[in-house]
Amino acid sequence: MAEPEFQSRAWRRFRRSRSAWIGGLLVGLCMFGALAADLLAPYGPTDRGAKTFLRPSAEHFLGTDSHEYDVFTRTLYGARLSLLASVVSVGIAITIGGFSGAVAGYFGGWTDSLILRSIDILLAFPGILIALLVVVALEPSWTAVILAVGVLNVPVFCRQVRATVLTVRDLDYVTACRALGATPGYTLRRAILPSLVNPIIVLATLGLGTAILEVAGLSFLGIAGQPDEPEWGNMLAEAKNHLATTFYPALAPGVAISLAVLGFNLLGDGLRDALDPRLHGRDE
Amino acid sequence: MGRYLAGRLLQAVATILIAVVVVFLLIRLLPNNPVLSRFGQHAVPEQVAIEMARQGWDQPLLVQLKNFIASALGDGDLGESFFLNETVVEGIERTFPATLELALSALMLAVPLGVVAGVAAAVWRNRLPDYLCMSGSLLGVSVPVFFLGICLMFMFPQMPTRGRLPLGADFDASSGFIVIESLFRGRFDIFNAALRHLCLPAIALSTIPMAVIARITRSSMLDVLSADYVRTARAKGASPPRVVARHALPNAGIPITNIAGLQIGVLLTGAVLTETVFDWPGMGTHLVDAVRLSDYNVVQGCTLMIVTLFVAISLALDMIYLWLDPRIRFSGGADG
Repeated sequence: MAEPEFQSRAWRRFRRSRSAWIGGLLVGLCMFGALAADLLAPYGPTDRGAKTFLRPSAEHFLGTDSHEYDVFTRTLYGARLSLLASVVSVGIAITIGGFSGAVAGYFGGWTDSLILRSIDILLAFPGILIALLVVVALEPSWTAVILAVGVLNVPVFCRQVRATVLTVRDLDYVTACRALGATPGYTLRRAILPSLVNPIIVLATLGLGTAILEVAGLSFLGIAGQPDEPEWGNMLAEAKNHLATTFYPALAPGVAISLAVLGFNLLGDGLRDALDPRLHGRDE
Repeated sequence: MGRYLAGRLLQAVATILIAVVVVFLLIRLLPNNPVLSRFGQHAVPEQVAIEMARQGWDQPLLVQLKNFIASALGDGDLGESFFLNETVVEGIERTFPATLELALSALMLAVPLGVVAGVAAAVWRNRLPDYLCMSGSLLGVSVPVFFLGICLMFMFPQMPTRGRLPLGADFDASSGFIVIESLFRGRFDIFNAALRHLCLPAIALSTIPMAVIARITRSSMLDVLSADYVRTARAKGASPPRVVARHALPNAGIPITNIAGLQIGVLLTGAVLTETVFDWPGMGTHLVDAVRLSDYNVVQGCTLMIVTLFVAISLALDMIYLWLDPRIRFSGGADG
């Protein structure tokens, strides 16, 4: 797996891909904004300015919103909340999906059918419905939203991991590992896990894009956290209520979501082209 | 063939049944007590107990489940709303036509435009139409529908942005389908107003399905256009439009039909966000309101309705698939 030749070739493919560059740049920008929000933001996220609905000016870069908050500041802090929520929920999805997928693929038989059936049932629900159900069961809150988005993304990882484990499981080196007396846990960890890394990286990157959309969507519906938290979906919901007065406060969070999602999508495509040589040259 | 159909039908019924059980248990086993949330923070214990008994929530879970399924199947009774003065079924009947109207309008935009864009991208591959189509569809899946909705409202300030008809419009659609009913009753003023109200939400809702359809069309057209029989058709002198329309598109059509069909399900539920943006009085806003208020019976009823629709649509698609593709018909199953 860790042949240096493959890695350097993958890296070369990655560097040459324009979508990977643009995507990486957008994702980097978004992460930088989130991490450095304290340094970059001219105000605190709950500092009130002088007036509501100020036009963009030197003091208020992107103007102020209906609560006199500085839109630029809150968009930066919003990156923090959105990214954090998305990363945690994708983490949940990878943990549950990866574990169940590995078990299903490795052991096969009734374990496999049971897990596959459950995933099929999960897929029979339209995505947003699962999220709404989880939220309603746990009471509207950030925890519920993160869990909901996590559960929503389990099938993607479960299926991919299962498929990869199935192809690797019966290769000679894995059989050799088993023949030497390795336990299933050891075999999965040491022999099979390395070949799962690449597909998971690709899917996680693409999954972060969807997760940002889903998190923002749920908080736009007003079922996450407090309404005045600096989060993109919240900000858009608030801005929508005052659309008759001004459009400005909606612009920054909306563009931020779009660019972040676009960034993760492009980066994921670039990574896929670089890391998955089988796909390479098929779809272009 | 018959066995495959029977199996598929059984699977659909099982899925719906399991969905019923999961939704039912999820709502009852988790910490959020539905009756408490109705009475707020200062609930009087006796009041809560009476209400629990009235709703039948004090009985053992299995008995409750049995009663629920029996009354749902028996007389289509899904319980009452806690907050609105109507039954769950009445709520669905009141809101579902609006959702269907919006979803079908969006589909009528998304399918033709998506297919045309995808075909153009495949025919002029790696040229301007391809780049436009591909970047457009990337944008379509990246921009959240609620932001797109807000942008549309800003760009077209003269268009109506709330609800299905202007306030105080003198029209009572008994079927719930305003556009069609107003046309049949000859109320062209209402027809016109309803169409105008439909425009922006339908455009916003159609973007994601359009992007998905365009991508699938492009890739399946690319597969087909490089096939031998297409080259043969070209060699025999068929004109390029004829090759695309008569030879390539029908064969590329199967995956497109499948995706387009799946989008109906997405449209019916994806409408949750779009409906919220445009205050569209459909099942999506109804469901979200119920989630906010913890109106459990409504959440349960709407969820089951949507899941059943979803399963029914995918079942219908498999049937269409079977009918469209003789290879599947004779090998005995859509999954191979």
